[in-house]
Amino acid sequence: MNILVCISSVPDTTSPINFTDNNQSFDKNGITFIINPYDEFCLTKAIFIKENKSATITVLNVGKNTNDSVLRKALAIGADNAVRINQEAENSKIVAKCIVEYCQDKNFDIIFCGRESIDYNGGKVPGFIAEKLNLPFINGCVGMDIKNETMELKREIDNGHEICESAFPAVIAGQKGLVEEKDLRIPSMRGIMSARTKSLEVIESTINIENNIKVIHYEKPIQRSECKMINEDNVEELVDLLNNEAKVI
Amino acid sequence: MSVLAIIENWEGEFKKTSFEVLHYGKRISNEIGQELIALTFGANNPERLEGYGASRIINVSNLKFETTTNNNLAKISAELITENEASHIVISNTITGKTIAPLLTSNLNCGLISNAIEHPKTHTPLTVKCKGFSSKAHITYESENQQNIISIVPNSIGLIEKNDEKSEVLNINQKSNLTNEKMKILHREKSNEKISLADAEIVISAGRGLKDPENWGMIEELAELLNAGTACSKPVSDMGWRPHSEHVGQTGLAINPDLYIAIGISGAIQHLAGVNSSKNIVVINTDPEAPFFKAANYGIVGDAFVVVPKLIAALKNFKN
Repeated sequence: MNILVCISSVPDTTSPINFTDNNQSFDKNGITFIINPYDEFCLTKAIFIKENKSATITVLNVGKNTNDSVLRKALAIGADNAVRINQEAENSKIVAKCIVEYCQDKNFDIIFCGRESIDYNGGKVPGFIAEKLNLPFINGCVGMDIKNETMELKREIDNGHEICESAFPAVIAGQKGLVEEKDLRIPSMRGIMSARTKSLEVIESTINIENNIKVIHYEKPIQRSECKMINEDNVEELVDLLNNEAKVI
Repeated sequence: MSVLAIIENWEGEFKKTSFEVLHYGKRISNEIGQELIALTFGANNPERLEGYGASRIINVSNLKFETTTNNNLAKISAELITENEASHIVISNTITGKTIAPLLTSNLNCGLISNAIEHPKTHTPLTVKCKGFSSKAHITYESENQQNIISIVPNSIGLIEKNDEKSEVLNINQKSNLTNEKMKILHREKSNEKISLADAEIVISAGRGLKDPENWGMIEELAELLNAGTACSKPVSDMGWRPHSEHVGQTGLAINPDLYIAIGISGAIQHLAGVNSSKNIVVINTDPEAPFFKAANYGIVGDAFVVVPKLIAALKNFKN
């Protein structure tokens, strides 16, 4: 089985979020970049498939060479080879175009993407790819069982779960549930050493950039006013505040 | 030219977010002087959408949201959008909306602005303020596209009053030949929660401070009293105390109810990422230094096992 896992490099969850250039750019100063957590669930699932059925796992990132460290980490965790398309990931359309172009002649059986990236939260790339490649799209996938010619997938919906069946190839946008948090792997020393010998191919992008969607302004949400503390012996006051002040009950 | 609102329904019935999408579309239709068309699938009573500004309501009556794949819903929507020359398409950011929107965008080769939390600021070019960085930032996007899809975060755009205006209601059958049968929906498992987290205007959430999954009875009682949904923190879902679908936070669900009550949750940054845009937050925690108090509107320092029963009693009194 030939598996592609698309990887985004995103600011670590605990990073301070700040903006520069008159609030027109994200301030990367002092930020640690990590594998997008949703992508990591997908990568771990791909490794499980490889261990059960044998598979080749390629990880792909669209971005500049500052992203090589997350690809190296993906190799250390267990991917077989890595590809970086050397293109500034300015928006989801550009990223999706690069991935589509790369996939054209590769015969992947499964294309995994995280459900969304934890920075821009767009959740657009997987759907863009699926439509352009005319493949089934399983969004919010929380379970996957590979049969012979098909796979059975479980996805989260607004009020429960949907079970569907899909042929190969398909685009799967995964999240926690595909594997559990405890299944995530920390690179071992052996993994880190062997990652050095695995291939990290850099491909120049040839896509046209047109009809962009761009960020014109960033801001932080308005801070809440100071928390009103209520004595634990006086919960009636809370009920009163929720009723008369917040007007939510 | 037109504005087209894709209106989701659940087993044929509309919900609050359905009307938020209509409201959003109506405002654009007024601002750019084009008619508003509502598009839905398998609605039991498409007439219920009348009086919210749509001049036409198209109901694809032979297909349902529940049994049609998202690939096919997107394909049919794309045909109807093209037929009606829609320049603006509005959809809700529910799971179905999040899935259809990018498929549709790629099909139409238009622009997609997702996670909108406000009406557009300008129309030429289109600029819209959206949520990003897991609620830690608001981002204003500008689109260079002539045709755009805007997906809106549920519970961030208000509703408008219904008026007496009538709409033309068209019940149509699917016209295109659906060729993409590479995937099929086998069945759906409805969760047994009474109120889904996505719809809940009030959410009661609990964390490790509850010590044992057996102790959730009082959380459920409180939720029932307030007609609220129940949620939990990541450790609680990781330990299997509560189902994954209840996990709110960075890698779980992001919600923005009118009221979020956090019980025994310290408020790690990953948790705040999923709930920070709630309109009001109440925190109940034994630790006065819990970081969650800094992100809350109201706080009580105290033991959940003491405070929650008192709160239940006080609410029962209030309801009477």
